[in-house]
Amino acid sequence: MTESVPESVTAPVPESVTAPALEMRGITKSYPGVVANNGIDLQVRPGEIHALLGENGAGKSTLMNILYGLATPDSGEILLDGTPVAIKGPSDAIARGISMVHQHFMLVPVLSVAENILLGAETMANPIFLDREEAHRRIVELGTRFGFDIDPDVKVGSLSVGWQQRVEILKALYRQARILVLDEPTAVLTPQETKEIFAVLRRLADEGHSIIFISHKLYEVLEIADRITVIRRGKVVGSRIPSETDEDDLAALMVGRNVQLVVDRGESHPGEPALIVSDLRVADDRGHEVVNGMSFEVRKGEILGVAGVAGNGQEELVEALTGLRRPTSGAVSLTGHDVTGSGPRELQRRGMSFVPGDRHRFGLVLSFPLADNLVLTQYDEAPFTRGFLRNDDAIAEWAKRAIAEYDIRTPSATVPASTLSGGNQQKAIVAREFSRKLSALVLDQPTRGLDVGSIEFIHRQVIAKRDEGAAILLVSAELDEVLELSDRIAVVYRGEIVALVDGPTAEREEIGLLMAAGRRSIPPVETEAGAGAGGSAVPG
Amino acid sequence: MRLLRRIWALAAVPTVSILLALLLGSLLIIASSLATEKALNPLLPLVAYESLLQGATGLSFIDVTGGVISFAPSINPEQAGRALTNTLAAAAPLVLTGLAVGVGFKAGLFNIGGTGQVLVGGFVAGLVGGMVAQQPVPIAVTIAILAGALGGAIYGFIPGALKAFTGAHEVVSTIMLNSLASFVIVGLVNDIFKIVGPSFARTADVGNAAMPIVFGRNGNLGIFIVLALVGLTYVLIYRTPLGFEIRTVGANPSAARYAGMSPRRLIVLTMSLCGMFAGLAGAFEILSLGYYPAVFGTTIGFGGITVALLGRAHPVGILLAALLLGAMRAGAPSMQITAKIPIEIIDVIQGLILLFLAAEAVIRRLMRGRAAPVTPGELGTVSKSYGETTV
Repeated sequence: MTESVPESVTAPVPESVTAPALEMRGITKSYPGVVANNGIDLQVRPGEIHALLGENGAGKSTLMNILYGLATPDSGEILLDGTPVAIKGPSDAIARGISMVHQHFMLVPVLSVAENILLGAETMANPIFLDREEAHRRIVELGTRFGFDIDPDVKVGSLSVGWQQRVEILKALYRQARILVLDEPTAVLTPQETKEIFAVLRRLADEGHSIIFISHKLYEVLEIADRITVIRRGKVVGSRIPSETDEDDLAALMVGRNVQLVVDRGESHPGEPALIVSDLRVADDRGHEVVNGMSFEVRKGEILGVAGVAGNGQEELVEALTGLRRPTSGAVSLTGHDVTGSGPRELQRRGMSFVPGDRHRFGLVLSFPLADNLVLTQYDEAPFTRGFLRNDDAIAEWAKRAIAEYDIRTPSATVPASTLSGGNQQKAIVAREFSRKLSALVLDQPTRGLDVGSIEFIHRQVIAKRDEGAAILLVSAELDEVLELSDRIAVVYRGEIVALVDGPTAEREEIGLLMAAGRRSIPPVETEAGAGAGGSAVPG
Repeated sequence: MRLLRRIWALAAVPTVSILLALLLGSLLIIASSLATEKALNPLLPLVAYESLLQGATGLSFIDVTGGVISFAPSINPEQAGRALTNTLAAAAPLVLTGLAVGVGFKAGLFNIGGTGQVLVGGFVAGLVGGMVAQQPVPIAVTIAILAGALGGAIYGFIPGALKAFTGAHEVVSTIMLNSLASFVIVGLVNDIFKIVGPSFARTADVGNAAMPIVFGRNGNLGIFIVLALVGLTYVLIYRTPLGFEIRTVGANPSAARYAGMSPRRLIVLTMSLCGMFAGLAGAFEILSLGYYPAVFGTTIGFGGITVALLGRAHPVGILLAALLLGAMRAGAPSMQITAKIPIEIIDVIQGLILLFLAAEAVIRRLMRGRAAPVTPGELGTVSKSYGETTV
């Protein structure tokens, strides 16, 4: 740093110096029954990573859809480099240098990287044929410039999720995007992949690209953003610079009240074992055994957390326990009854509740009204069925109660579940599954993709169920969630339980090591205490 | 008001499709006047549709004489009674084949096997009807109708079971079963069940099992049975737990499994139910005819697909759609006499309706903002079921 540059690196650049690359002024957009955006102002400068933070349904998606030309604002204007523009549609947005990387990738898995990138922006050698060589050259060049070497001929389907995301970013860069919108880019990434993608984003920003980064994860936003704009219920409620704020402050801004990021779990009082699993083996769809003899028990009134890197057999374990997949061998007993190989219906009758990890695939029928979804697993029981007929009054009444008790934000119980935000969809599932008379509860990624307010709510409900005496199995890719809630933690690695440790005293680093390598590392000489000296750990 | 809006959201695309089909059909009629009258007659479509309406309902709104159109509403009560009875009689089997497709849509199944199920149902009803021909009418009719329903149900059960247990796609298997049914039945009638006497191969007379006429010249018992079945189907699909299961399997088979339902059982059950509807349609046709002819060419099986799509797979919609197509069939002869237009134009218009329904996205763009998107669209269900893995 020299004297001639007075500003510090983190201070916001005065507006007179740099015109914003993008400015949205007074954007208002109403949908029937809801004002999604209410006079939103947003400025993004060249070379800035600007985080957009807000609860599910706060209006972030609407704002970005307006920017991308997918929705027309009722009022307000959009300025690019100080010039007012009317964005007519996604192709117009792309032509103006605005690109969007969606949470769910828009890639064709059977096509190569180059073919995916060229789709819709074909580089032509002549009016009939593609100029593949030129396209390859540009893709490789772009990759090198931003720090990722990619083979343009590799099929996208064979790439990891992290690399697929880079292809999405390359796609945007190939279209000469100056403003990149990333919608929850880290939701599907491992911590390592997240770190790598952040390096890429930083490099893009250094080259003068503007990045709008949408996320729920507060610590990530604090790590990557230059500036943070918080939206609540369609309005901008605050703007922050990471160095002048923290997670609690951001969470409070987002939710509008103080949020307990870590719920008080209190004392647990475990009773007798309710769910006993012995030497369970489960095969995946291709017939490979991915659960290799797991044995554990979950006691009444306790939460057993399952920690592990995704893909170490958790999914198949959960499916086997909930009757969606038949185990190849081993035994499962629920409150003293052998339920090995029982289907979902029988397990439900015995008091098993299940919050599935993929709420769109298993948890909900998106085209059905919310009320129908709230009885999806109880539709044939009293009082929802009377004689041969559905009892719509009872269903409506229960829906009304569930919406109130579980704070499900929806215009009514008759709207399709697809119209609810992710957090409210999850609350609906939780309402349905937690309100049954239950002895065991299997939670698979119960808060994936949710905002802090919803997470807090669901965590409180889980603790409440534990205190009522339910045996709870919690499977989560979020290590923090497992650490916060679990009374005991089972670490899985390659289909086996490699350690069972006490929850409240568990060390984050130790669990992380076990997850990554399947064993505690031999303590290096320079560490003061051996990592394995916790004492509480009993290998499974 | 909200109900009206919801109905419009559902009915908008079918309504526009019908109007577009009639419009395009009128161009064809004008073109056809070149061949028949040796001159372009731009008024011919009006004459044609007018006589179609009159033939189907006995109602008349306009008078076209000497190139002048005048508004002259009139009704001929005697003709109206006959015409409406014809319309109802033509619509009744179409309602059944429409339900045979529409109920399948609800479970995410595309039953193309209506034709085969109609043939089997009709054949079984004809055979059994011949056997009970001497029994008292109520017994004979009941047995013959139930036999036809059972025959259709079994012929629907086969593709259902194939799908549930081997994953064979119902579109493929039902198309093959259609051919199988038509050829095998022709052979059976020609070689085994043919009676001596008539100049063409056919089964024995159904005698007392013939469809009883309740009113008019051809207002038969089937019309009332169909009306009752529409109500029952509505209750089944929307008001019972079983209907909820069927709809859940159709909308999201994975969620159905998660919720403890058995998609396999439901697929077999729904296909059997669909087959039963189509089988009943065949039974009604054959029992009205009085015997099963070796060559029984029927289009009601495929007509059911148009009816189900036009009726949005809703029992009431199917009823209305079948009435429309039935009216067109009933009014076509009168159109042929008055306007000299070949009766086949009806099939052309029906085909055009189907085409516009299939081009739902195009229609929606034409009337953007008028109707809320319906999810999942019936054709969406169909196309989805192609990509779906088996349960």
